[in-house]
Amino acid sequence: MTVLSIELAYWQQTTLRVLGGAVAVLLPAGTLVYIYLFKLMSFVQSRLGPMEAGPAGSLQLVAEVGKAFQKEDIFPRKADRIVFAAAPFVVLMSTFLLVLVVPFGPDAWFVDLDTGVFFALAVSSVSVIGILMAGWASANKYSLLGGLRAAGQLIAYELPLVLAVMGVVIQAGTLNMQDIVLAQAEGEIFGWGGIGNPFILTQFLGFAIFLVAMQAELTQPPFDMPVAESELVSGYMTEYSGIRFLLFFIGEFATAGVFSMVAATLFLGGWWVPGIDPDSNLFNVIGPIVMFAKVMLVTLLIFWFRFTYPRFREDQLQRLAWKVLIPLSLLNIVITGVLKVAF
Amino acid sequence: MTASDTTAVSDAEKLRYISQQAADARVNVEIETEGMTLNIGPQHPATHGTLRIITKLDGEQVVAAEPVLGYMHRGYEKLAEVRTYPQVTTLVNRIDWVGSFANETPFILAAEKLMEVEAPPRAQYIRTVLHEMSRIANVILGIGDMGVQVGAVTPIFFAFRDREYVLNQIEAVTGGRFHPNFDRIGGLKDDLPAGWIQNTKNAMVKVREFCDQIEELMYGNEIFQARTRGIGIIPKDIGLAHGVSGVNIRGSGVDWDVRRDGLPSGLVYDQVDWKVWTHPDGDSYSRMWVRLQEVREGSKIVDQLLDNIPSGPIMAKVPRIIKVPPGEAYVETENPLGVMGYYVISKGDLHPYRVRIRSASFNNISIAPWLLKGVFVPDIITILGSLYFILGDIDR
Amino acid sequence: MSDVVETEDAVEVDEVREAQLEALGSELGDAIVETFVKPGDDIWVRVSREAWVEAATVLRHELGFGFFNFLSAIDWMPSPYGRDMDSQVDVTLEGAEPKEPEPMEWGYAGGATRFQMLARVNDVTTARGVTLKADLPDDDLSIRTWIPVYAGANWHEREASEMFGIDFVGHPNLRKLYLPGAFEGYPMRKDFALLSRRIKPWPGIVDVEPMPGDDDGDGNGDGNT
Repeated sequence: MTVLSIELAYWQQTTLRVLGGAVAVLLPAGTLVYIYLFKLMSFVQSRLGPMEAGPAGSLQLVAEVGKAFQKEDIFPRKADRIVFAAAPFVVLMSTFLLVLVVPFGPDAWFVDLDTGVFFALAVSSVSVIGILMAGWASANKYSLLGGLRAAGQLIAYELPLVLAVMGVVIQAGTLNMQDIVLAQAEGEIFGWGGIGNPFILTQFLGFAIFLVAMQAELTQPPFDMPVAESELVSGYMTEYSGIRFLLFFIGEFATAGVFSMVAATLFLGGWWVPGIDPDSNLFNVIGPIVMFAKVMLVTLLIFWFRFTYPRFREDQLQRLAWKVLIPLSLLNIVITGVLKVAF
Repeated sequence: MTASDTTAVSDAEKLRYISQQAADARVNVEIETEGMTLNIGPQHPATHGTLRIITKLDGEQVVAAEPVLGYMHRGYEKLAEVRTYPQVTTLVNRIDWVGSFANETPFILAAEKLMEVEAPPRAQYIRTVLHEMSRIANVILGIGDMGVQVGAVTPIFFAFRDREYVLNQIEAVTGGRFHPNFDRIGGLKDDLPAGWIQNTKNAMVKVREFCDQIEELMYGNEIFQARTRGIGIIPKDIGLAHGVSGVNIRGSGVDWDVRRDGLPSGLVYDQVDWKVWTHPDGDSYSRMWVRLQEVREGSKIVDQLLDNIPSGPIMAKVPRIIKVPPGEAYVETENPLGVMGYYVISKGDLHPYRVRIRSASFNNISIAPWLLKGVFVPDIITILGSLYFILGDIDR
Repeated sequence: MSDVVETEDAVEVDEVREAQLEALGSELGDAIVETFVKPGDDIWVRVSREAWVEAATVLRHELGFGFFNFLSAIDWMPSPYGRDMDSQVDVTLEGAEPKEPEPMEWGYAGGATRFQMLARVNDVTTARGVTLKADLPDDDLSIRTWIPVYAGANWHEREASEMFGIDFVGHPNLRKLYLPGAFEGYPMRKDFALLSRRIKPWPGIVDVEPMPGDDDGDGNGDGNT
């Protein structure tokens, strides 16, 4: 494989991809926590947020991680130790698997799967297993309720998520993420190709449904019933402490980042910006940065909702999924299909 | 009406109750799940302290809920028997600790009633102002807390921010943010500091801004409405028979406010132009809505009282060592959480012979087992949040 | 001070309250033992123990007193440990040695026994209340429960039960409300020694603060130093 015209050996490629994967997952996660969770949230709530650690509290994250590392890793006496210990890793694993298929440039990708979208949606569901494991193994009723709620919720919102993506897939005519980016870059709006055709324009309904379903998949408010600290005392995370809690925490925000990458790829043109030839080698360098900027835009929406909205009740959430989102996304598919045939 | 009507008042409510019971039975028969006992509290973020509720769940539906009290019981009724009258205010400050000045008022008024002393007009005005300000401070926090209960994180920070303006003013005049211990038999401890009136008026402007903000942020939110409307309906009669008072019963359409009806002498609410808000629905939303209007109305009351505050002494002629003549008196006032009253029996000593403290939350929360039957786990939190209790006010 | 209340204070005979009392009397008849009206203030009614629930039923369903205010009890026997604070003589440093209790004196509407029920209900439409009392004989501290009439009496009765040792006949769940399950004794009874006072006797009236606008320093005989 050639990256920036440099021939790389297999081991070099592998190392690069592992490092790149870690950066692609952890960098957005850390940035999100600092900029949005610490600072934007404080701004919304008219307070300052962390100010002591580093300039404007910028090293607060380091302090938090350090604190989590120092803490004792507590196992409840009646917990199923192996399952309890493994659960956070399963959740985090789903995030790392998800980032694999996201392209960051014409040549900067981890795996170029022809069934990229399919793979992404499939592995994103793996986190449910981790959450269920955590909920069950904690031997805590709150955790159990949280885990079950999470399972019900994630299964319900998987459908609108998949169906919302269908529109994009129909329009692009491919399941390959890279080709979806290219389809947007080379697309035309009524014969004018100045800004390509980011699918957010033609698939706005799909984008909205995708965002809502994503919010639910991420268990962010207003869909945070599995966590619900005022009812279930953090649900499936109740019994976790120290490093394992940190893993869940990273998982939460890393998944937000990675899901936003998928959303950016599918609807906002991925690594591509108008005005530059998509085959240009330049994108291997600025592609990740463009992607990062788009991720921050999408996550801004996620977190804005998070800070503003109260939480749904479980039955209201299911009603929203089955009675509103799924019919709407089916409608979206029908319209997209008809228009695809017509034009 | 007969005694058998205690569980339902209208046909609609009867039907609702019956269908709820039927739904319970159906769920149990159809799925035949084994129930689960979920212990909420005493350490739980939604219990404002140490309330414990043992719930029997069927899935997420509550089959039975039983509050367990006493984790904070301090025995104030007994302790008051061995303290002098002025010392009792220190105790009762800690009953409802977010609106503490309001706890002192009814006790002092009861003692004044027994002694047939009346505070000078200026003291009465300042007393009413502080009573109303502690209501504002308390209810603002309650509204913000309701946001947290239903999952919105932001309102509580707004509440803490704007409550601070009110607390600062209370501190400026009493010296205590939380436990002013400022009321005296026959008047007040001190006069107002210079510039206080204008600063308080500015704080009241902030309070009204908070109300507008929170109305848009929280009350107008569709999810908030979906979570609170139709949840935890208290019918008038059942509420009254349980002794539910204050905002919680006005949210059920009972137009009764001790500040207007049966006002004890020593407070001057009758000198002010204000309105008692009620809401006919009786659900969680209506309780929170009335609460918000009370804050608005409270800030207007404070403004008007400050405009008309008379000059003069702040202390009536009372002996230095207070011996209260024998007799019995019950004085209740409209406190932030509901009707609070003290039944004071005196035998002519330095200390009350018996004090019965009628605290609002104790009665308000006693309806919880009835209300929580058949709701879902998230609704437990909504209902408890909308009933708005302070643990010290339950356990005394 | 409002004009309304002033005129009410001036009334020598409170007609409204007298009328309410009469209505209650016509319903209950002999069950009413004694009544007391403070014009412009309140009504006290002492009913017989047997008519306790009947009185509540009449008040709620016939006279419109729908609001349950509180229910408790009074122990009229003065504490055998002295008044704890009136004089230094009362202070017993050697521990809790009960003395001969002083004779009992009752409050409004009189009394005949050591324990008396105390309850209050309100009419929210007129914002007036009635204070009810009932004597409990020493050898049978029991009374029927108010729950069928005022559901809110449930917790109040549990509290009165654990604090005074009164048995509420018909109460479905007369467990302890505040106290731990194994707690012995009835704390609100006057002969229940308040341990903190025994260990550290009351220091006297040393904390009398100067009156506002009164700067002649030490007051009269308060033990101030």
